[in-house]
Amino acid sequence: MTGPGRTATGPQAGPLLDVQGLRVAFGGVDVVKQVDFSIAQGEKLALVGESGSGKTVTALSLLGLAADAHCRGSVRFAGPRGEVDLLQLPESELREIRGRDIAMIFQEPMTALNPLFPIGNQIAEVLQLKQGLDKAACAKAVVELLASTGIPEPERRAQAFPHQLSGGQRQRAMIAMALACKPRLLLADEPTTALDVTIRGQILDLLSALQREYGMAILMITHDLNLVRKFADRVVVMEKGHLVEQGAVSAVFAQPRHAYTRKLLESRPRRDVVEDDARGAAAVQTPLLCAERLQVSYPVPIPGIRGWFRKAAFVAVKGATFSLAPGRTLGVIGESGSGKSTLALAALGLLPFGGRLVVDGKAWGGGGSADKALRRTIQVVFQDPFSSLSPRMTVEEIVGEGLLVHQAALDKTARQQRVLLALDEVGLDEQQFPNLLGRYPHEFSGGQRQRLAIARALIVEPRLLVLDEPTSALDVTIQQQVLQLLQRLQRERGLSYLLITHDVDVIRAMAHDVLVMKEGEIVESGPLAQVLDAPRHPYTRKLVEAAL
Amino acid sequence: MSARTPGNSPSRRAWLRFRRNRLGYWSLLAFCTMVVLSLFAELISNDRPLIVHYEGANYYPLFKDYPETTFGGDFETTTDFLDPFIRERLAADGNWAVFPLNHYGPKTLNYFATQPNPAPPTRENWLGTDDRGRDLLAQLIYGFRVSVLFALALTVTGVALGLLAGALQGFFGGKTDLAFQRFIEIWGAMPELYLLIIFSAIFAPSVSLLLVLLSLFGWMGLSDYVRAEFLRNRQLDYVRAARALGVGNWQIIVRHILPNSLTPVVTFLPFRMSGAILALTSLDFLGLGVPPGTPSLGELLSQGKNNIDAWWISLSTFAVLVLTLLLLTFMGDALRDALDPRKVDREPAPADAAGANA
Repeated sequence: MTGPGRTATGPQAGPLLDVQGLRVAFGGVDVVKQVDFSIAQGEKLALVGESGSGKTVTALSLLGLAADAHCRGSVRFAGPRGEVDLLQLPESELREIRGRDIAMIFQEPMTALNPLFPIGNQIAEVLQLKQGLDKAACAKAVVELLASTGIPEPERRAQAFPHQLSGGQRQRAMIAMALACKPRLLLADEPTTALDVTIRGQILDLLSALQREYGMAILMITHDLNLVRKFADRVVVMEKGHLVEQGAVSAVFAQPRHAYTRKLLESRPRRDVVEDDARGAAAVQTPLLCAERLQVSYPVPIPGIRGWFRKAAFVAVKGATFSLAPGRTLGVIGESGSGKSTLALAALGLLPFGGRLVVDGKAWGGGGSADKALRRTIQVVFQDPFSSLSPRMTVEEIVGEGLLVHQAALDKTARQQRVLLALDEVGLDEQQFPNLLGRYPHEFSGGQRQRLAIARALIVEPRLLVLDEPTSALDVTIQQQVLQLLQRLQRERGLSYLLITHDVDVIRAMAHDVLVMKEGEIVESGPLAQVLDAPRHPYTRKLVEAAL
Repeated sequence: MSARTPGNSPSRRAWLRFRRNRLGYWSLLAFCTMVVLSLFAELISNDRPLIVHYEGANYYPLFKDYPETTFGGDFETTTDFLDPFIRERLAADGNWAVFPLNHYGPKTLNYFATQPNPAPPTRENWLGTDDRGRDLLAQLIYGFRVSVLFALALTVTGVALGLLAGALQGFFGGKTDLAFQRFIEIWGAMPELYLLIIFSAIFAPSVSLLLVLLSLFGWMGLSDYVRAEFLRNRQLDYVRAARALGVGNWQIIVRHILPNSLTPVVTFLPFRMSGAILALTSLDFLGLGVPPGTPSLGELLSQGKNNIDAWWISLSTFAVLVLTLLLLTFMGDALRDALDPRKVDREPAPADAAGANA
């Protein structure tokens, strides 16, 4: 327990944090119901659950940070000045504890850091407030802290503003800030969710290393079971505000006792698609989508006076060549900024592009009616089910829109019939939702909204669906259901999918062929087994390893 | 979950939230009552009786002019029903007349006043008279009507122009946006008041001219908000999805983006109304507004300033103006809260389990 900078004080036997009978209510509604758990000194505890399970609220209420919340129960914390109940402490004393004894890091470092100050100043502020260091000592401590989080050139980075850093570096800066006062307990709220997969591993390693070095305890809030397996000593599973199971990670993963834990563990995407060998000569078929040296660029402003007259071009997709046969899935995998979503928009004919792109034997740009006919062939499902449905349109208007465009001759009754059929196809019917057609999107959950988006695409009977991260905004159990739906639709209708994702698991479950994209270039492509099981490019290897 | 009524549109939910704000809701009711009453001002405050029963026949002076000879007078001119002689005739046996609540119209001069003008409140002129001997209550009722109708018209034209300009800029972006923005900068730099003074010198002042001139400058503030909303909404996935479906530009604007961009427009409506009322009042106060003889709150205020001893003029005008603007502001506040996207109804999130049978 004697890490540098902290001489261990207080009793070693008792838990560092002991939560008993915690209940948190908002406006009279219990969001967290009777939660008991404890964290020992230097322990790594993971709090797992899907969205709405109350895991973040639990963590926030420990520090009195949940606004308008009504908390009951007790949260005993073994601080340097003896044991205190965090829920009973007045705000002034709680403020003392925050940052000094218990620190927190958040999911999205871009919003958690102040964009107007260099990160060095923000870390120095914590040091000045909590430790009363002078300016020179602060500056030195800041550089040391940044160096300890593995940021290259810490002296220069201390002067950088948050937007000048990459996502991983921002999260490192957040960690440096949280560790400024060498807290005993670090609350980490989904610290890697907003980061690319290859960075996630690095941040976890960093947290583990720092945890050993400082001898602090970490409460990790996450929905990612992979991460729990890699990182935590013990795990607490929450469902709808209840704590359903807790125990050592190895024990819970090997023998989950609660049904919900089992469901979570079994929710890895499962492969259930028509395989190549079952259909024989799949490769001989004429491709439905075919791109040769596809190039997409965006105009970007040039700084200075030259920028008044012309713009530079940022090339988002650099000469992509690929093809997709009917009934197959082409998975495109890459990190954020790799150009994979741009590729999808170009395939949909929504962006101007260079090179050749042929959909069902025809190219985009053939004029109004030709393009309109093409749009019936290729449809899209977007990532965020909340922004992809207009909040002011009813289900009937949203799903039926394609019919208005492509089959304007249908009368209202016939259109309603078709809408109901399409909804039935994606597993939404009047029995579950009375007055289904008249409902608005806000009355549906994320998974149900994604089904609506799929129904909207299916109603014009396309042959090719572009799936732009179709499940990454969904909880794991819902993700599995939506993938199963997509697999069934492919089997029954012989749809082709262009699947854009950052998730190797989803690719494994869905794709026949894989493209790996990095910085606008296709670095590797080929059949699924070849690319993922025997990756040739080092970047692909890194992606696959990070997912294990 | 059971309390969740299916098919509640977002606008209906906003209305329910608005209803929950008591102050705003009652302000809306009070304001609507005032407007509706003022629309029927002729039945409330008029120098003519509503119905006259004279020697066995019915007369409707509201709709028809009758010469004085009809009621036993000497002249062929239109009857002045405030004339004591006529009153006497109407009060004779078997004759009767139903007068409105207030016996004066907006332009009626009280020739039979006992005190010099402006006269303090009496039983005849409940709020006194202005410096030309016109009844103040009638002036206020008709002035309020002119102000509100003018403000409504100005708001409607301003919103229409602002929506159109903002939608075009925001939806097409790029060069259209750039050109429009520069035009707005130049247009907005024009000295509005000077133009009004110049135009009021060239043309005969009229309410419609004023409306046109103020409309020309009143749309810019709103168009900025609409533009920003359009810029934000047009790159959302639901618009992309509509494009991918092959929906045309016009349909995307009208069906998809516009309904989702109306929040700032609706929120600003009451504030725009109060702004328009205030603009008309100030112009009238300066003598640049409606033509002389039109009842107007601004002109009354200026009279109040000129006759500072006649407290009844400034005080009652001030009260009407404050009440109107206050009601509009309360409505605006309530509307803003009702449409605030951050204020969510405290309802449990729909559970995904319900759709769990793929």
